Amino acid sequence: MDLPRFVRLLLRPMPVAAIQLVAQASLDRVVARHPQLFDRLREYENRRFAIVATDLGLCFIVVPRSRRVSVQRGTSVPKADVRIAGSLLTLLSLAEGRLDGDAEFFARGLSIEGDMEAALALRNAMEDCRLDLPTDLGSAAGPLSRPVERGLSGIRSYLLSHGGDRWN
Amino acid sequence: MAAGHRIGLTLGPLLYLWDQPSWSDFYRRVADEVEVDTVVLGEIVCSKRDHFHAGAIERIAERLTAAGKRVRLGSPALVTIEREAKTVRQLAARSDYELEAGELSAHAAMEGRPHAIGPLVNVYNAPTAKVLAARGAVSICLPPELPLASMRSIIAGAPDIAFEVFAFGKVPLAISARCAHARNKGLVKDNCQFVCGEDPDGLPVDTLDGQHFLALNGVQTMSSTCQSLITDVPALADAGVRSLRLSPQVCDMVRVAGLFRSVADGRLEPEAAHSQLKQCYPTAAFSNGFLHAVPGHRLIGDRLSAL
Amino acid sequence: MELICPAGTPASFRDAVEAGADAVYCGFRDETNARNFPGLNFNAQELTEAATHARANGVSTLVAINTYMRAGAEELWYRAVDNAATAGADAIIVADLGLLAYAAERHPALRRHLSVQAAAANVEHINFLVDAFGIKRVVLPRVLTVAEVGAICRKARCETEVFVFGGLCVMEEGRCSLSSYATGKSPNMDGVCSPASHVRYRQDGSDMVSELGDFTINRFPKDEPTGYPTLCKGRFVAGGTAGYVFEDPASLDVLTHLEALARFGVSALKIEGRQRGRAYIAQVVREIRNRLDGLAAGEQREDGATLRKLSEGQRTTQGSYDKRWR
Repeated sequence: MDLPRFVRLLLRPMPVAAIQLVAQASLDRVVARHPQLFDRLREYENRRFAIVATDLGLCFIVVPRSRRVSVQRGTSVPKADVRIAGSLLTLLSLAEGRLDGDAEFFARGLSIEGDMEAALALRNAMEDCRLDLPTDLGSAAGPLSRPVERGLSGIRSYLLSHGGDRWN
Repeated sequence: MAAGHRIGLTLGPLLYLWDQPSWSDFYRRVADEVEVDTVVLGEIVCSKRDHFHAGAIERIAERLTAAGKRVRLGSPALVTIEREAKTVRQLAARSDYELEAGELSAHAAMEGRPHAIGPLVNVYNAPTAKVLAARGAVSICLPPELPLASMRSIIAGAPDIAFEVFAFGKVPLAISARCAHARNKGLVKDNCQFVCGEDPDGLPVDTLDGQHFLALNGVQTMSSTCQSLITDVPALADAGVRSLRLSPQVCDMVRVAGLFRSVADGRLEPEAAHSQLKQCYPTAAFSNGFLHAVPGHRLIGDRLSAL
Repeated sequence: MELICPAGTPASFRDAVEAGADAVYCGFRDETNARNFPGLNFNAQELTEAATHARANGVSTLVAINTYMRAGAEELWYRAVDNAATAGADAIIVADLGLLAYAAERHPALRRHLSVQAAAANVEHINFLVDAFGIKRVVLPRVLTVAEVGAICRKARCETEVFVFGGLCVMEEGRCSLSSYATGKSPNMDGVCSPASHVRYRQDGSDMVSELGDFTINRFPKDEPTGYPTLCKGRFVAGGTAGYVFEDPASLDVLTHLEALARFGVSALKIEGRQRGRAYIAQVVREIRNRLDGLAAGEQREDGATLRKLSEGQRTTQGSYDKRWR
């Protein structure tokens, strides 16, 4: 379930700073729309999560309590409590609860290292948010939210039809 | 002792399948030499093993009684087939020896008459102990995984019941319908050829990195370590425990019982007893983690040894 | 036969209702239930909302309060029973005798189901609890063969519920201290088995090594499907051979026996997996609902592949229901 090659090629030259802006805006939206996330995370909200999109060679570092995400290139993370690695599609579909994390882990499409409790808490908390990324992120675009939402939704459909046979 | 009772010793049922000569020798020694008050007899692990010692049990029970020991008959830990249910009914119908329930159908079969509850029945709190006592349970051996704090609370909450604690032996950790022991030797349970008898002290299960971990005993899974609460006897006495259960292993059980007796009577320092216990059972690593609310395989408070 | 589905979060509860569950079971966010995992389970208000939503859709809510009460802290379990009653639960699923006694006395109208954690493996045990505490249903242990399930159904004076899919205990449930031996945390006392807090995965050359507490549980060569380090599903060395000493990593799948279970008069079929994600719950519930509907219509509707993908080691077993497994 890797990204199509052309998508990888398109993303590769993007500056990390630009990716970080998008990532931070996305996190802000998710946090604003799903405050119950923190209720479920409880003490794990101050853990340092490294989320690695292996096919992009990008690592997103999130400390939920700080509400900040930082992005760096490369897939090895020196300092994190938990490292969750998989293809971008796997990670996004996990975030939306469209993919069963256990099944993906058993099939080795996903790797988890470090604090397993924190990883579980994050997974369960995200699951309960019923994220729908096009809607969640589209709403950030103000008057443009409908077109942005439609655009993201279109991209998701395209990616799914071209790469994600297990995305149901 | 603080609670005002002399702590008794109970020899638990032999959990392993021993051949007839070893079995008979062992129980003859128990009758003549071992300082225990109560002896639990019977095959509680696997009903397929029943025929091995069924005939000899009656004789040994009489001999133990004649030697001044109280005899209990243990009922099976897992009852799923008619043969096992029948064993339970027969044990419950006897009036000569006290029954020790391995699971709740045996407790139910007693219909309120006095009986004992074995360590594989889940008694985790005083209200549960009282439910059982209201229906005839007079003594309860608490589950081996209980920490001391829970034991204290249970005993304080149900002071009329005689509580016993699993104080020596590899810990029975789990029981299954499936026989991992036979499976390991390439056999299925239905045609197991009683291969568990080849391992009278359990078949060691090690991790892939060579750590000793568990031991197979037919359908039962035991700890690799031998639980020993000998250094904890003063704390157990203080909590009001009435009897210490010693579970037979391939070691000098006469001496093991003697050491526990000496510590319980205050005639021997627990630490000194611990180091002597190691000589009785040189192949064993000891543990008491459950009692101390840490992983069960650990040993806490062993001041005499670094490992 | 009713289809009983798991829910670890309010979101998966709604998914289960939507996917065709007849009843959904869940637990509180503490050690009163046997899936006491981080980020999982319900607070009292979430349970009330879920139960209300379920009732509006003709679905029942069952609340698992199925660990054993910690001595001296019984109040926590008693409050859980009270809260389940207040939230409008249709039944509670209980294992502890002391807690059954409390529930029978204080909430006689609230249905009491006997949890699989109570290890009631024979009809005498079950009927004793029917008489003593008025239990209405027993969840049968996964140590029985299909024939033994049938025999119990004939004689038990209450309804029976049988696990048909999901994680599998190799040992008799509620009587296993393997986890506390290795980690100090047990299913009976803490509601966890092989808890995530004690799990570590470590890369050793090309192998992935899984550890629980101080012990190595498994080693997976590159590209082999992996498994969670549940103790009884680890790879160990015994008698000179290395392998799965207790059970291969696999999930229970006894859907091929649905017809027999229906014939025995089994009241309810249970899916394991409160800790699994929404995707698992939705897919498994939909698939089994479809088969049950097929059974009612006299058709064979089978697709083992979908469910296998969701299983540990991507394999399934019929466990002890198939006598050969023993």
